Amino acid sequence: MRHNKKEKAIVKSAKTISATKRERRFFRTGLLFASPWLIGFICFTIVPILLAFYYSFTDYNLFTSPTWVGLKNYIDMFHDPYVGLSLKNTLFMVLIGTPAELIVALCLALLLNQRKVFGLPVFRTIFYLPTLVPVVASAMLFMWVLNGNYGLINQILNLFGIDGPYWLNDPKWTKVSLIIMDTWRCGSAMIIFLAALRSVPASLYEAAEMDGAGGITRFFRITLPYISPTVEFNLLMGMISRFQYFSQAYVFASLTDTAGSIGGGPGNSMLFYCLYLYRQSFLFYKMGYACAMAILLFVIIMLATALTLRVSKRMVNYDVE
Amino acid sequence: MSKAATVKKSYYRRRRIRGRISHGFGIVMLIFCSFIFLLPLYWMVCTALKSEAYVFSVPPQWIPNPVVWNNFVRVFQRMDLLKYIKNTLILSICPVIGVLFSCPMVAYSLTKIPWKGPKYIFPVILATMMIPWQVTQIPMYTIWSRLGLVDTFVPLILPSFFGSAYYIYLIRQFMKSLPSSIMEAARIDGASDIKILYYIVYPMCKSILTTIAVLVFIAGWNDLNGPLLYLQSSSKYTLSIGLQMFRQAANPEWTLLMAASTIFTLPLIVIFFLCQNAFLNGIQTTSGLK
Repeated sequence: MRHNKKEKAIVKSAKTISATKRERRFFRTGLLFASPWLIGFICFTIVPILLAFYYSFTDYNLFTSPTWVGLKNYIDMFHDPYVGLSLKNTLFMVLIGTPAELIVALCLALLLNQRKVFGLPVFRTIFYLPTLVPVVASAMLFMWVLNGNYGLINQILNLFGIDGPYWLNDPKWTKVSLIIMDTWRCGSAMIIFLAALRSVPASLYEAAEMDGAGGITRFFRITLPYISPTVEFNLLMGMISRFQYFSQAYVFASLTDTAGSIGGGPGNSMLFYCLYLYRQSFLFYKMGYACAMAILLFVIIMLATALTLRVSKRMVNYDVE
Repeated sequence: MSKAATVKKSYYRRRRIRGRISHGFGIVMLIFCSFIFLLPLYWMVCTALKSEAYVFSVPPQWIPNPVVWNNFVRVFQRMDLLKYIKNTLILSICPVIGVLFSCPMVAYSLTKIPWKGPKYIFPVILATMMIPWQVTQIPMYTIWSRLGLVDTFVPLILPSFFGSAYYIYLIRQFMKSLPSSIMEAARIDGASDIKILYYIVYPMCKSILTTIAVLVFIAGWNDLNGPLLYLQSSSKYTLSIGLQMFRQAANPEWTLLMAASTIFTLPLIVIFFLCQNAFLNGIQTTSGLK
């Protein structure tokens, strides 16, 4: 009896030892395999973020060491007319550019989702192709297509007797030009919509048809509620990427800049927030000020996301599937 | 035939006709829209093949006559296009290698190794995806410049070898659905985790890894912001920067610009046709629909 107890204890301790040993081994391999991310997280995320916070309270021009100025950069931002202007320009893209792209993408997806479309993959490819054109290449292309005198669009408008504007040189039309280009590149959003539309069960439409619901009713009562999570996803992605609007604006603005603008295109009409941030940091070398702007951008994106989620909560139907 | 039946019959006929009309209308719209979407692309190739003299003709010359293939030769003489292509290729292929090396490893640790880390690491990975790159951009620049690595490819390649939150997330979602029993069996047979990862998990993740390779390649090929910050000498320019500089330097020579843009776009279109499924899967995976 006694002997037996002892033996049991030994077996038990051996078991726990091997268990902790196993655990330790898993811990070691787990850590080893996660180490690339851990190192990257410290070097490329944590340290830069802390530095960005620090710089935002300093005057720093990259060549001399930063000097502490407290909240000056943040206060200056509120008095900087260009911050206001760039925010206004950015909001224009967020509030008008995003819905424009999504509506076109959804319409194309609906056209593709009809019953009996011959050559669906062909049409799908055609609508997706513009997305494949690199940003700079498509910017060059649209500078040519939207050229005031010889551009394709104005030549076509001429056929109908309309005198097209000087798209990229007229402050009133620059942002519209950008929206036209981005809407042309709506392929990804369209594919996402198309996949969502495919998931709507046909039985719902059949039932609605029996009840005599027309196409428009069916769209607003069945399709839209059913794909509302996808709409929300596309909306959020479109909005966030437009708060960070940069590449297209950089190419256009750098090439159409006029006197008296600070690198924001004609009349600073394309001075978007991130373009202004770039000019402040790598044109004027005000790194401290630019870091303060970047942190404000982070806050703005967070607030906008939270607001969108809150508003859409009432409209989005999450229990499909 | 009773009256009710004829009413019903005529009702169905009317609806069928209406259906056919609306279907026809839909097809017409589809063709019209695809015409509009193709037109700028056609215009790009069309301008690239025109003779300089006809570029500014009003009304426009719809079909290039004469067809000047020589534009595609001249553009290589006027720009250092070969060097740009080489640089762009380096900056799009190396990150693919980096991401395919680091991200599956981290995702494996997060899903298939029973340790306490994932509980803490995964939420942090999700959180880092929310941080806009503008926040870390300036401090990163100061760090790289202090290390003397500005105007080299290092700042644009090295980070990919340390994992990228978004791709780790995508691979993790995929790996989670793989059966753990296979890995446990391999472990009992004495296989090390590195062997399990490379001989068992990689082949099983082929589809998602192809998708991610395509996404990373395109991101590198298109990138304007990174090269704009870090590459200063013209021998290191990528296609994005080179094109921008060419346009900035002289009066626009549209034929050459459009030829260069066509060359810039072509590889992506070829990749698209080679791995269409990876593309479509990619878009749907990233949207959380899959």
